[in-house]
Amino acid sequence: MPFKIISSQCTGCSACETECPNVAIFEKGGTFVINPKKCTECIGHFEEPQCVAVCPVDKTCVVDTSLPRAQPPA
Amino acid sequence: MDAVERGSRAKNARDGGEIVLAAEPKRSGTSTGRGKASCRAQAGRGDLPPATWNKVKTHPCYSVEAHHHYARMHVAVAPACNMQCNYCNRKYDCANESRPGVTSEKLTPEQATKKVLAVASRIPQMSVLGIAGPGDPLANPDKTFRTFELVAKAAPDIKLCLSTNGLALPDHVDTIARLNIEHVTITINMIDPEIGARIYPWIFYNHNRYSGIEAAKILTTRQLQGLEMLSARGILCKVNSVMIPGINGRHLIEVNKAVKSRGAFLHNIMPLIAAPEHGTVFGLKGQRTPTARELKALQDACEGEMNMMRHCRQCRADAVGLLGEDRSAEFTKEKIVTMTVNYDPEARKAYQAGIEEERRARIVARRENSGEHAGGTSDIKVLIAVATKGAGLINEHFGHAKEFQVYEVSRSGAKFVDHRRVGHYCQGGHGAQDDLAAIVRSINDCHAVFVARIGGRPTSELNKAGIEPVDQYAHEFIENSAIAWFSSYFEKVKSGKIQHVDRGDGAIRQDPMISVA
Repeated sequence: MPFKIISSQCTGCSACETECPNVAIFEKGGTFVINPKKCTECIGHFEEPQCVAVCPVDKTCVVDTSLPRAQPPA
Repeated sequence: MDAVERGSRAKNARDGGEIVLAAEPKRSGTSTGRGKASCRAQAGRGDLPPATWNKVKTHPCYSVEAHHHYARMHVAVAPACNMQCNYCNRKYDCANESRPGVTSEKLTPEQATKKVLAVASRIPQMSVLGIAGPGDPLANPDKTFRTFELVAKAAPDIKLCLSTNGLALPDHVDTIARLNIEHVTITINMIDPEIGARIYPWIFYNHNRYSGIEAAKILTTRQLQGLEMLSARGILCKVNSVMIPGINGRHLIEVNKAVKSRGAFLHNIMPLIAAPEHGTVFGLKGQRTPTARELKALQDACEGEMNMMRHCRQCRADAVGLLGEDRSAEFTKEKIVTMTVNYDPEARKAYQAGIEEERRARIVARRENSGEHAGGTSDIKVLIAVATKGAGLINEHFGHAKEFQVYEVSRSGAKFVDHRRVGHYCQGGHGAQDDLAAIVRSINDCHAVFVARIGGRPTSELNKAGIEPVDQYAHEFIENSAIAWFSSYFEKVKSGKIQHVDRGDGAIRQDPMISVA
């Protein structure tokens, strides 16, 4: 399941954008969004999802349970 | 704004200056180590190596003397951050709020460069460009350094300055040196990881998020290492610390020693800002903020160790203009686009030469005027609040003052120690009762308030609160007036006419500064 960003909490700080190993994060209307097709939850890259790790607001980058995992773990 | 008005504004800004004596010979009456250091903190070139003086003399944040003459600007190109501090909330944006981390808009390096040129051509005393967030500039190294590169190319006379939490600093010291960034500020709130764990929920380092004591250990190691590396390269380094009572209040004395020994040049201990409406962790938790007395006691305790900065206004991440006089609203992204930039380094140079000439003339004038107070010692020290528009004069109406300068006066002289932001008493031409009470709370540790003029009701309210309103020195030099007033106060105490009692404490305002129309 890919991650998503809760836009009402996003401060638009852009920290996640540069940390995402999949270049799945982009700006949209002042906040950031994750392209679920590109998100791999950082599996195979890092121990924990980088957007979650770097986001200054807790519980803002969360798992999107409505979508199936875009890419199975390596 | 037309050219005439611009010129007159610039002149006003320039006139809003105050010179602190380069040497204060009378201070030698109390030449304890501490007294001497405090003298050095306020003084200018006499105490500094020439190379250092050259770097700070036009820097409003590094030199107490320069901050009335020279302006600085911040560009908000660095929104991302690599850690979380309990006193920070970057989401907050209010045009009237003056607080680090707050910005109304974020700029690209190209937009920022245009803004710098536009400001520099309209405010010729703008001498320093700082990048201070709203996130951490070194968590945004590409944007930060690209901006510095572009500005250095377009306006080589502007000094470059950087403010960082220090986590990523050791990785970028070489770039900082290469780009000729002369000044760096590191925010260091602890050297004890257990205390750090109470200030920082987490850090992001080497692609991992660390929390608790582990995070604070990494942070303090990196900060001190970065400071040492900067000192070794001769880059001037100021340390900012946020005083959080009950968490790092006393500990900052240790921090002060640690940073001094690693070459920090100036220490700026600031009060925690934590109102619930700011939405910070500390604000929401109801963490107490320091009182003016607590802050001053801590600054005094550190003063023997090194220079203390006391004129910090804790500016916005997009502040423009003189300290305490924010003009960022004149230079929004929207307005910048339509501005024609006529950047003329020669005109700026000539203007700044004028400032320097005026500074020199004023030093001479003040020296000639400062010989009035006789020596003699006494333990009595009092604080006075001064309503001033600058130029070292008591020249502001009580009701018009946006802030008061606070001086500590004793037999050995008068020394600037603080400034107190206050709401406008005369907002819209009518004084509000609450505002007056808030002003009294803000300067409640002062024995007197020196003003150019004052109305009847504030006079009686101040008298009721035990603060003497003094308007007899209107339009005279602050220090000389303070000393003259103190001499008569001291005589009255000595003769038993009045009894000297310590005053209460001053409240540090947490609410937004009310913008001036």
